[in-house]
Amino acid sequence: MALRQGLTRALGGVAIVALVAGTAACNKGSSDSGTSAGGKNCGYSIGYLGALTGPSANLGVNIEQGAELAIEQYNKKNGKDCITIKKFDSQGSADVAPGLARQLVADKKIIGVVGLPFSSESQAANPILNDAKIPNITPSATNTTLSEKGWTYFHRAVANDSAQGPAAGNYMKSVMKVQKAFVVDDQSAYGVGLADQVKAVLGSAVVGSDKVGGEGKQTDFSATVTKVVASGATALFYGGYYQNAGLFRKQLTAAGWTGALVAGDGVNDKGYIQAAGKEAAEGTILTCPCAPASKAKGSFVTDYKARWNVDAGTYSDVAYDAANIYLEGISKGNTTTEKLNEYLKTVNYTGIANTYKFTDKGELDPTKLIVWAFKVSGGEVVPDQEAPKA
Amino acid sequence: MTTTADTPQTPEATAPSQGKPGGGLRGRLDSLPKPVRWAVLALLVAGAYLLPYAADVPVLGPQLVTEGIDWASALFNVSYFVLLALGLNVVVGFAGLLDLGYVGFYAVGAYTVALLASGDSVFGTKWTWLATIPIAIAIALFSGLILGWPTLRLRGDYLAIVTLGFAEIIRITADSTPDFLRGDQGFTGIPHPPGTFSDGTPVFGVRDATPYFWLGVTIIIIVVLALRNLERSRVGRSWLAIREDEEAAEVMGVRTVKYKLWAFAIGACVGGLGGVLFAGQNGFVNSAMFQLQLSILVLAGVVMGGSGNMAGAILGGALISYIPDRLRGTQILDRDAYEYRYLLFGVIIILIMIFRPQGLIPSRRRALELKDRAREVAPQ
Amino acid sequence: MNFSNLFSQFGELTVTGLAQGAIIALFALGYTLVYGVLRLINFAHSEVFTVGAFTAVLTWGAFGLDQDSRTPGLGGFVGYLLIGLLVAAAASAATAVVIELVAYRPLRRRNAPPLAFLITAIGASIAISEFVGVLTHRNNKGVPRLLTQEPVFRIADGRVTNLQILIVVVALAMMIGLDFFINRTRLGRGIRAVSQNPDSAALMGVNKNRVISLVFLLGGLMAGVAAIMYLLKIGNVRYDNGLYLGVEAFSAAVLGGIGNLRGALLGGFVLGVFENYVSGLFGTQWHSVGAFVLLVVLLMFRPTGLLGESLGRARA
Repeated sequence: MALRQGLTRALGGVAIVALVAGTAACNKGSSDSGTSAGGKNCGYSIGYLGALTGPSANLGVNIEQGAELAIEQYNKKNGKDCITIKKFDSQGSADVAPGLARQLVADKKIIGVVGLPFSSESQAANPILNDAKIPNITPSATNTTLSEKGWTYFHRAVANDSAQGPAAGNYMKSVMKVQKAFVVDDQSAYGVGLADQVKAVLGSAVVGSDKVGGEGKQTDFSATVTKVVASGATALFYGGYYQNAGLFRKQLTAAGWTGALVAGDGVNDKGYIQAAGKEAAEGTILTCPCAPASKAKGSFVTDYKARWNVDAGTYSDVAYDAANIYLEGISKGNTTTEKLNEYLKTVNYTGIANTYKFTDKGELDPTKLIVWAFKVSGGEVVPDQEAPKA
Repeated sequence: MTTTADTPQTPEATAPSQGKPGGGLRGRLDSLPKPVRWAVLALLVAGAYLLPYAADVPVLGPQLVTEGIDWASALFNVSYFVLLALGLNVVVGFAGLLDLGYVGFYAVGAYTVALLASGDSVFGTKWTWLATIPIAIAIALFSGLILGWPTLRLRGDYLAIVTLGFAEIIRITADSTPDFLRGDQGFTGIPHPPGTFSDGTPVFGVRDATPYFWLGVTIIIIVVLALRNLERSRVGRSWLAIREDEEAAEVMGVRTVKYKLWAFAIGACVGGLGGVLFAGQNGFVNSAMFQLQLSILVLAGVVMGGSGNMAGAILGGALISYIPDRLRGTQILDRDAYEYRYLLFGVIIILIMIFRPQGLIPSRRRALELKDRAREVAPQ
Repeated sequence: MNFSNLFSQFGELTVTGLAQGAIIALFALGYTLVYGVLRLINFAHSEVFTVGAFTAVLTWGAFGLDQDSRTPGLGGFVGYLLIGLLVAAAASAATAVVIELVAYRPLRRRNAPPLAFLITAIGASIAISEFVGVLTHRNNKGVPRLLTQEPVFRIADGRVTNLQILIVVVALAMMIGLDFFINRTRLGRGIRAVSQNPDSAALMGVNKNRVISLVFLLGGLMAGVAAIMYLLKIGNVRYDNGLYLGVEAFSAAVLGGIGNLRGALLGGFVLGVFENYVSGLFGTQWHSVGAFVLLVVLLMFRPTGLLGESLGRARA
């Protein structure tokens, strides 16, 4: 008995030690990154800090792939490994992001960051990037307060919610001519902000509203569906992300509600159609403070597809542009973080999706703001029209 | 899962813990003369403070430090998880009450700091971090009493689901009161702990997490000393009696409700302190940080380390934070391990529990109980 | 508070709540069965559900059905439903039995303390759900539309759809079958014996390990059926759906009286309907708060739930 116990205990100890040692032995040699390529202004890195896994990962992956494509194309001209991309997966979580941001700022080769994609992780991690004086361009965090914190290294390459929300509301009012609308949000910072803006524009046309649980926390929307059906609304605005929007839309359709769902850029992803099913998703209106990727100039659409084997998603083009802004700055000799940030202040860069010029708060110049409406048609998100400003 | 196990008492089980030195490392430690024991402990504490420099240790150091996440940040994460584990250990390990909603107290601590100190708060008081600590602890204690009072009539698993509900109520309330607890939007600009270097830069900045880790270790040491005194006092003995057999304890004149409330309140204080520490470091608090999974994780840490034993709780708390962080940025079979980190973590939990059911560093008293029980039941 | 909302939609909220409650009840049976015999919260039961749900969706996929394919006719529906029920129940039951063998039996053999079981259960739960998550890239998996939901009749303002009738009828049928099995068959007698007194049952020649495996198997079967009903109702499944549904199901089991089969059923229905009323009155975001408050208040007055705890009726 005692012997057997001793043996199993020893075996258990060995197993645990082996597990730890096993992972330790597989350490990636991360110290060999010092080999800088020969070209001029080479040997620097651009960081991507944002979700690559997690519940709303698609939005982050779109951005990372756009940025990585830009860097690869740059390296083709300027030598292999001239500029490298370093990826930090935050899972979109505001308590993970700060630790990664500290890891990022410790890497002296990283002189610019594409990210962070989501608003709440930006709130948590941006103070660190700002303190370390690392310029960052977010291609998708649209919460309005981000530019009001005095972060001089923060830049936003898209319109914020104060442009997107009213645009979505105006589209419902003047294009769709909605008389009765229902507004639902998922209580995320993003969803609430957008839904409130839409409510303000629609005014008395809002016949009801509800709040539901976020990703993964609620899957049964029957109580909300009941309310929507009972309200007689012909259109519904959903402030939230693509996975739950898909579930919600599918259940609305199954319950016989035939009105149109309108949502923002957080739903503007193929994942929405995958969750809702093509038939239920048909006719959904999705806004985005971005131009259609297919409208992007040059060969971006085909290049992206060739490289990643998927179509460019929401903000892939903006991220591509953001990376290119950095690359242009670096090629002009702005190879410290401070110089690169100075460069961003004066930049007037025409990319594939937009022309970029930043205000002193880091917001996109008001004349450059664009908001488009897209429509789900035949299982694809297709551009509909530029959303009316009023 | 009634934690008040139906194990009758034997004289051996209630013997004072110093009665019989066990085997292994700890036995050897116990048999050392007192000054040497203190020296060993002092070395351990010094080692803990020096952990941020572990990367400089040849051979072993690089294996230890995390790769995908800043090492000092990972250490800080460890420190507040250890604090949470120590607090939960009072409730689960000392008093034997199953609490699945411990994250609720952590949230109470963090939100109190946020409400009193952040510029986003409706109160607009903008206190310093230091000034919020007494209030935060008091409110956490109060919330422990609020939760304890109606639920202490419940046993074992009923208590588990009610405590789980309590934590979920706090999280959902935070989610659903956009003006008060600000939901996912969260509180920004929560002040950091005070202090500046001679050149005017703050000690507790945003870029370097090392001072926060040291602060965390210091708080842990204070908490451990306080809990150790409590454990060896009348309160601690009452907890033990309640854990072993509530009815018998009551018959013997232990005021069970009073001491169960004590356990809840003290556990809540330590959890609240964890929240205070976290809020002061992160500077940002939102409702997404207080998920149900966190409570479950901390409970797993406490039991994995050795429920009822503070050294075990410290080790368990450290592991639940360190293992996933360590797997980040590591390659296994040419694939990045972080995608699999919780999968591996689940497997590790099962393995540890199967091979060491009493935990990695079991409570000596509990180990005796276990042996005692093994003698009682028929072999299978 | 929106009373006009609650009253104008009272019937509808009741009906949809009953349908959701039926699913929760089936799920809760697994917790109650295992608890009745082992005094253990089988934390990994939520993953038993998840595995069943994904197996069914994959099986339908193998028949060429995805969520964009056309809704089959009545014959097709019955056929696919039976196939789904079969594979989901089999997969769930197998998962439950394997979890028992791998995570619990070694601990039982070593007389581990009760908390150790809970922690291996948590470990198993994390490992399985993460495994499914990695395989599915953590995305929702759309469920084929097997049935077009149509109102069959109305009660007051509530439309009762064919799917809601199906879900409630299936839940009741499974419940009656299980109740019969436990109370009227030889194997069921074994389960009752072990739940009342494991040691005496062992002395009387009941094979305890076999009874325990059987209990996990039964709980798994119920979870598999619940998974199919869930898929039909929700239309999507994701790796982490089991967790929150599991919390609700466990609440339902406690509400009805954990260890009590009929209590689990009653608890499920009460919880489903009550949550919907809360959603109507205060807004959907508060629905689980309502459920937990109900639970606490009820436990204060009836500390062992609505029907009291007892799998084998009398227990000292």
